[in-house]
Amino acid sequence: MDLKRTPFYDRLAALGAKFVPYAGFEMPVRFGAITDEHLAVRRAAGLFDVSHMSEFWFEGREALTAVNRLVTNDLRRAKDGDMQYSCMCTPSGGTVDDLMAYRFSETKILLVMNAACHDQDVAHIREHLTGDVTFADRSDETAQLALQGPLAVSIFSELTDGRYDDLQIMTFTEGPVAGVPCLISRSGYTGEDGYEIYCPTTQALPLFDALMATGVPRGLLPIGLGARDTLRLEAKMPLYGNELSFDITPLEAKLGWAVSMDKPDFVGQAALAQQKANGCARHLVGFEMQDRHIGRHGYAVVDPAAGNAVVGTVTSGSPSPFLEKNIGLAYLPSRFRTGMDIGIDIRGKIHPAKIVKTPFYKRSR
Amino acid sequence: MKNPDDIKYTKSHEWVRVEGNTATVGITKFAVDQLGDVTLVELPAMGETVTAGDGMGTIESVKAVSDLYAPINGTVCARNDALEEKPELVNDDCFGAGWMVKVELAEESGVDALMDAATYDEYLDSLD
Repeated sequence: MDLKRTPFYDRLAALGAKFVPYAGFEMPVRFGAITDEHLAVRRAAGLFDVSHMSEFWFEGREALTAVNRLVTNDLRRAKDGDMQYSCMCTPSGGTVDDLMAYRFSETKILLVMNAACHDQDVAHIREHLTGDVTFADRSDETAQLALQGPLAVSIFSELTDGRYDDLQIMTFTEGPVAGVPCLISRSGYTGEDGYEIYCPTTQALPLFDALMATGVPRGLLPIGLGARDTLRLEAKMPLYGNELSFDITPLEAKLGWAVSMDKPDFVGQAALAQQKANGCARHLVGFEMQDRHIGRHGYAVVDPAAGNAVVGTVTSGSPSPFLEKNIGLAYLPSRFRTGMDIGIDIRGKIHPAKIVKTPFYKRSR
Repeated sequence: MKNPDDIKYTKSHEWVRVEGNTATVGITKFAVDQLGDVTLVELPAMGETVTAGDGMGTIESVKAVSDLYAPINGTVCARNDALEEKPELVNDDCFGAGWMVKVELAEESGVDALMDAATYDEYLDSLD
């Protein structure tokens, strides 16, 4: 299959990007060392090309009601101009994707979803969307950049004469950046402050060039998917395909705060209500390795108190560049709690780990 | 960076420096560039017998786990234990301080099957 390229491909290649196939795109995995990119975002700023993400638009008289039937959170509780994190579930409660909803008004809503789930999202939306609403997939026409880090706001301020300094976290607005018409939200997937900026693919290059020109003298680096993954893991943000899948419910992923049981019917609500009433058999926990080894995605988790019986699976695991520990997430039976010892089967040897509180990293405000 | 021409190479990007009856083994700059920042190196135990082409250890970077293959036949007679505390030596100096093991060569060592630097360079070009 031919891989797609984002509008920034040539710019990223010129910056030394190593590309990998991801969700049907050629995406940069890193430019230099992942650790350096990671720390730049924690200490200064980073710029991410995330144009592969899907942008799904819902417009029409019943847009809000229609979208609210597709997602687990309650969009009625958001105000116009608010973003809201949510999941989309199957009737049995499994997760089709997680998403960020942008509520423009009751008649216009944008859902930003994962590129890796694009086709299953579209199929699910077409199957379950009802009412007076039109659905438009504008993923190919939309570029997205994320500017993240403690210096993100001041870099953006310099570029935009302070117009978006007061944009509240988890809200959005529309306006020009470097002469390009953009949708700008105060949000991200790193655990840092910053912006996610959308614009038409055809006008995207001046936006990229302006952000680089303003940011690089302040320590900004271009960031690949490698550091995007380690950053989101430290902040314990789920990654679809790791922490979420058709076989995992948002409740098991500890995303109950994004599942509204007291709104009118949504796809998966009955199954999730039942699971909530019965309690989840398994849940997502964070762990820290107690030696130098790394418990990675797919490795078995064992219970040292029960003869190293297999009790679960690691969903994500990696060195944490900021904490300088080896961290990970795993699904374990609900009796496993913070402070308990577990073991990770790494190539046939059991290595000690401990369940810890998450997020692993939380920025100071 | 040029691949030194006083050592030998494998297609799986290990290098081998033969001195008398022992060979020092490491991974090449190309391998290091592919891996990114090395975070952990698992080496075979002292005295372990290694067989050319078989896995003898593991190299982990932030993103990935890769096998370290034995380039020759023999017995492990030294390990670079400094890598335990400082795996980044592999990134910083892969042909020097980032070496991995020394192997006492078996009678049929397999050294003759290794590539010289010019052949390895050509091989790398063919990968592009």
